[in-house]
Amino acid sequence: MSIFVDENTKVIVQGLTGGQGRFHGLRNRDYGTKIVGGVTPGKGGTDVEGIPVFNTVAEAVAATGATASFVVVPPKFAADAILEAAQGGITFIVSITEGIPAHDEARVYNRLVEEFPGVRLLGPNCPGIISPGKCNIGITSGDIALAGGPVGIVSRSGTLTYQALHELSQQGIGQTTCVGIGGDPVPGTNFIDCLAAFEADPETKAVMMIGEIGGSEEERAAEWIKAHMTKPVVAYVAGVTAPAGRKMGHAGAIISGSKGTAQAKMAALAEAGVHVCQNPTEAGEKMVEIVRAL
Amino acid sequence: MDLFEYQGKQYFSRFGIPVSPGGVADTVAEALEVAARVGFPVVIKAQVKVGGRGKAGGVKLATSEDEVRTHAGNILGLDIKGHVVKRLWVEHASDIAKEYYASFTLDRPNKVHLGMLSAQGGVEIEVVAEENPDAIAMLQIDPLVGLDVATARRWVAEAGLDEEARSQAAELLVKLYTCYVEGDCDLAEVNPLILTPDGRVHALDAKVTLDENASFRHPEWDEFRATETEDPREKMAKEKGLNYIGLDGTVGIIANGAGLAMSTLDVVNQVGGTAANFLDIGGGANADVMAAALEVINQDPKVKAIFVNIFGGITRVDEVAKGVIEALSRVTIASPIVLRLDGTNATEGRAILEPHLNDRLLTEPTMLDAARRAVAFANL
Repeated sequence: MSIFVDENTKVIVQGLTGGQGRFHGLRNRDYGTKIVGGVTPGKGGTDVEGIPVFNTVAEAVAATGATASFVVVPPKFAADAILEAAQGGITFIVSITEGIPAHDEARVYNRLVEEFPGVRLLGPNCPGIISPGKCNIGITSGDIALAGGPVGIVSRSGTLTYQALHELSQQGIGQTTCVGIGGDPVPGTNFIDCLAAFEADPETKAVMMIGEIGGSEEERAAEWIKAHMTKPVVAYVAGVTAPAGRKMGHAGAIISGSKGTAQAKMAALAEAGVHVCQNPTEAGEKMVEIVRAL
Repeated sequence: MDLFEYQGKQYFSRFGIPVSPGGVADTVAEALEVAARVGFPVVIKAQVKVGGRGKAGGVKLATSEDEVRTHAGNILGLDIKGHVVKRLWVEHASDIAKEYYASFTLDRPNKVHLGMLSAQGGVEIEVVAEENPDAIAMLQIDPLVGLDVATARRWVAEAGLDEEARSQAAELLVKLYTCYVEGDCDLAEVNPLILTPDGRVHALDAKVTLDENASFRHPEWDEFRATETEDPREKMAKEKGLNYIGLDGTVGIIANGAGLAMSTLDVVNQVGGTAANFLDIGGGANADVMAAALEVINQDPKVKAIFVNIFGGITRVDEVAKGVIEALSRVTIASPIVLRLDGTNATEGRAILEPHLNDRLLTEPTMLDAARRAVAFANL
């Protein structure tokens, strides 16, 4: 099984008529994802290579029955687009946009929690989600993933997500679902959401977790793992050599004072019984060893 | 983007937060002019974006023109932890009865805003937090609700601020919250927030960090950006649209994606090398961006080897390869280049590079192999 999405998930693309939206929307469709519509205000009634375009999310949902939306819009419009998706009846929203103001993210997150408790937001600033062979929403290249499980992947970093998929696929180890939660300060979905879903998914037998410096999500995940997780977890945390006080590309990746260091995160995870590895390759090798021994 | 104290105070003023009358001075003569305008005694404060100014001799009280000449002359040009003082803030010295602490920032774990208020100000708040956490009154604020005066009044009482300061402090905190939200701050901090013997509350310092993602709705931030003193390598990189942070090692790093770039630094370190920089060329980088990245690293005299670590997603590896070839044709790259290329169009990318490979331009199949090779070059 997969988590959050599957082969029946119907997806619309907000921003399908833009350059990025078109490229990735069509790529996702080519992968086999059920991309059933696009939304661009003022372009309703047109189509992108046969995918119908609507003026609003509500119209698109009414016409197609979509439950998921892939939001590909510039930072200044992203917060409104995410809210429009929730108001239009979408229950799973993937936001890949990088550079959304932190205050906008905090407002959107809290509006979703308070007004749309059944809606899950993945991202912003994430690569998306892929359940190999079933559904790919986002910017991950489908050919580096391998269907059939048994590993679930959850990652805060885009390219390290690809690296993790690659390390496993090359060794013939498949994935149930790979979720990129993104590196921004207010992620809609966090490690614990994904770990809990993987723990509940019978086909996922082990989980690979990729963290990075900044915040305390990895430490909180470690506490959750210690209390609830029965499946083996392999973790890698990027940024051991990152200097304090400098944002390392991601808005969330910053060490403030003594908090948020890779060392502290790795120690917390190790203490929770997680197999903590020093680089992505080592993490891949460790996971291969665990899966072969299952 | 961190603001200088004087910029933070100017920013506070826009939101009606009271600060001491003062002005900036880049010369002793300007310092004298400001002192005459605001009235003696004055405090002369070094404008550097680093803590510990007072201990380093960067903050002095002056009661006369002669003292302004002496202190301003001494502080201008002073080196404080590697930051050379080029500008002063001169303000009328306040009599202080009490020092408090106030700040707003994002509470990341709880995804709401966090106000911190303490009657023990004037010292490092981290020290207070360690030694006497109960002395800080934390207030979680729902971004959809905000902070009203009634809540602020309860908060200042809970924090134990003196009776005579409470009413003004509550109003000031509401303004500071407005500055934090409408001003798109990552951090708005006042330490100390003071009560004067004659019963006035105002901000004696200002520490403001702006969220650069919000710059599209703040054209007024351009003036802050103009005064940013940057590492020349970082300035050049920013002009070319690259996400670059200068470090002290010998292996130049180019990677796509922040996570992979951080991981590349780690791996170089693990195999015995040191990174000269963090450089994320971002998603969807083309040949021009790649060429610019190589040129920026080539300017760094400490670099002895360059490690290009690309996992194509949005970024296409063939574009990266074209960029490498283009950079080599435009400028002489002083250091050998080791590449590791995977992901979208990796086969095409490797084919483009193939005819150009030699003992100073090589590819390795994995991240670890490439790191070892680059470090071997750097440590020759």
